[in-house]
Amino acid sequence: MGKLNYRVVLFGFAFLFGIVFSIPSLTQSEEGKKITLGLDLQGGLHMLLSVKTEVALESKIKSIGTSIKYNLEKEDIVVDDLKIDSGVVRFELLDATDKPKVDAMLADDFKEITIKNNGLVYEMSLSKELETETKHNAIKQAVDTIRNRLNMFGLAEPTVAKQGSDRILVEVPGIKNQADEDRIKALIAKAAHLQMMAVDEDRANRVYNMTQAEAKQFGDIILDDVADNGRKYLLYSIPILDGSMLTDAKVGYQKKSTRPLINFSLNGQGAKIFADFTEKSVGKRMAVVLDGKVYTAPNIVQRIGGGQVQITGAFTPQEAHDIAIALRSGALLAPVQVESQRSIGPSLGADNIKASLIALIVGFLSVVIFMVVYYGMAGVVANMALVANLFLILAIMSLFQATLTLPGMAGIVLTVGMAVDANVIITERIRELLHSGASITKAIEQGYNNAFTAIWDANITTLIAAVVLFAYGTGPIKGFSLTISIGILASMLTAILGTHGIYQWILPKIDKNRLNYWFGIKKEGAK
Amino acid sequence: MEVFKHNQPIIGFMANAKKFAILSVTLVIISLGLLATKGLNYGIDFAGGTIIQIKYNDKAPIDKVRKIISTHKNYAGATVTAFGSDSEIVIRTKQASKSVKGGAKVEITNMLSSTGKFEIRRIDLVGPSVGEELKTKGLMAMLLSIIGILLYLSFRFEWRFATASVIALVHDVTIAMGMLALFQVEVNLPILAAILTVLGYSLNDTVIVFDRIREGIRTIKSPKLEDVIDESVTRTLSRTTLTSLTTFFVVLTLYLLGGEIISGFSFTLLVGVVVGTYSSIFVASPILMWLKFSIADFRDREAKALKRQKEREKQRAMYEQGTI
Repeated sequence: MGKLNYRVVLFGFAFLFGIVFSIPSLTQSEEGKKITLGLDLQGGLHMLLSVKTEVALESKIKSIGTSIKYNLEKEDIVVDDLKIDSGVVRFELLDATDKPKVDAMLADDFKEITIKNNGLVYEMSLSKELETETKHNAIKQAVDTIRNRLNMFGLAEPTVAKQGSDRILVEVPGIKNQADEDRIKALIAKAAHLQMMAVDEDRANRVYNMTQAEAKQFGDIILDDVADNGRKYLLYSIPILDGSMLTDAKVGYQKKSTRPLINFSLNGQGAKIFADFTEKSVGKRMAVVLDGKVYTAPNIVQRIGGGQVQITGAFTPQEAHDIAIALRSGALLAPVQVESQRSIGPSLGADNIKASLIALIVGFLSVVIFMVVYYGMAGVVANMALVANLFLILAIMSLFQATLTLPGMAGIVLTVGMAVDANVIITERIRELLHSGASITKAIEQGYNNAFTAIWDANITTLIAAVVLFAYGTGPIKGFSLTISIGILASMLTAILGTHGIYQWILPKIDKNRLNYWFGIKKEGAK
Repeated sequence: MEVFKHNQPIIGFMANAKKFAILSVTLVIISLGLLATKGLNYGIDFAGGTIIQIKYNDKAPIDKVRKIISTHKNYAGATVTAFGSDSEIVIRTKQASKSVKGGAKVEITNMLSSTGKFEIRRIDLVGPSVGEELKTKGLMAMLLSIIGILLYLSFRFEWRFATASVIALVHDVTIAMGMLALFQVEVNLPILAAILTVLGYSLNDTVIVFDRIREGIRTIKSPKLEDVIDESVTRTLSRTTLTSLTTFFVVLTLYLLGGEIISGFSFTLLVGVVVGTYSSIFVASPILMWLKFSIADFRDREAKALKRQKEREKQRAMYEQGTI
């Protein structure tokens, strides 16, 4: 054996590093950083949601309208025709002497909105900045809310992330059965918009003969019962209070039965409003409305203080559990809709792993055997680099806790094919030099020199393509370009530096009379 | 073992360049024609729609399933095909329901309950807007990588080398896509990745041949580019064949053993490996010739660059001596 050189030592360390850090992934041990399997390999639910930000804008302008109305009434300013139409709040002053008061009020409390004033007519809309901010908030709030809900549901490592300008990516691995999947989907999409509304007792008996438009004229709204399809309620459209005043929600059970109910607590302000309302409405009914459906509409027997409220209704314990989670995590400012959805059963994931592992092993073995047959010991050296490369890819992916997907597996298989290319080029160069009569030492040194620019330029161009793919790709493409990039970088270390070091190390052993054994060429003795 | 002997006589590739050019142009025109007439068969990743993969315990009663599915209005125009084995089927529709509740699973389970015991293994549902975005992003990725590669190769070689390799690359990608159109392979995200790999592979091959030509320009005595190319290509023939073969085998195992899901991916790569190898020899190199690459100019420039570098070194040496 020759002297140890820095190249072979570095290669040894890289090999060791590769093995040590890929162990947690290979043995699937609890400890240590490891590769996570993509949804296509372990099964799970992948959803791309879009947020209907226009709804958030609508409710923003509505709330501005409400507070303008409140302010005008407080100041005793009489206006005509206060209404909201396609994103614009509009009203007309009746008395021109009120104008300074209105201007002052708008300047003080409504700084962020765009105000157009034409004589006595005022038109207000959201400023561009406020619009952007509202949209941004709606998306951020949706991401946070959905993540909260999934965490409360007790799922292992769900991914919830903003994607692009108005999309949300949700990935939930390891869903075991259909029922769970449905519950999760329902939970994600639940608006969880809770309202307490008073029943319009004066007209309640006419509800079945009334259209929604007629109800609107009385300031009412008709809502359906959640369980009983035919049943309808006539409610005052302005709610008594809503879910924003809620502080907690828990599942409980009714006395003397196993039917679940949801207890929730209101904050100070909510509790006061609720107490005042129940005090003056004894004998009337109050409806608990969730996402536009009436869950229960009990008679108010007495004033209810303390801010503790219950929803009973025809739901299963599971539904009650999920509703409570949705209420606790808050309402979605804007509804979400599904743009794409993939659900992969666990058995398909297992099949995918099996198929790609077989391909990897067969591909790997055929390359390894081929190299030895064609290049002799030079092939063995190249194979050592190949094995080291494989471990390095796994180790680096483990350290980054990267996700391995099916295309990622294909990327590894492909890297095996391309990583030997460097050694093929090098060995071909060495052979050429040996044929032209160079000594073994010279053939090896010169061979590496000659081959270097080709390997370098080829690898860099492929790397450019892979990096662009990584930057532009989504999901599966990212995984593919990641493994290719890591593979290329690792191959520079193993296939160029590593094998060079090995040759220098074993140089004294290489017998110039056995070139067929060492390099697979028939030429008796080099000069 | 040696397939090409070291004293392998130089093959006159460039003498036949015109014939191969005709072949290449024909193939590209046919591919473009296929793309225009048959078109790519966009899968749901790009076109949107729903895919439901079902595995039966026994042989899948495919006709029965078709009959039931066709009577259901949500599945109008749906196709039912075998997938991989005869116990698995795939139902495809062009529509994608936007409801989050996603009753598809329940709906299918109820509809097909009479057809035997089965398990729903996969439901993919993609809205049309997502697909559009992916198409533009994919195209952007392709353009950006071509620009990046062009810049790098111009810097490392010369603009004619860069242009020739990009033409070879467009040639390869066009033919690979033509094959996808011909066999109506379903184009999904992994296929896009495969096409980009073909792009990388084709370049890889071309760069290695070009590197040898660059070297040949310096070492081979002949002033004729044709001779330099012929000799350089002949010298790399052994490597080109070997690497192509190993890659081909690996991709072939992927195609044969990797399962139905990546068969489209590996098919694209199979085509790419063959076309990429061919083009690096018969497309990229002759173009270099036709772009009127001049050996004399190149050697001149190299000599000048070398002189400049020597001068700089001399100056630096003088400078260092002066200051120390």
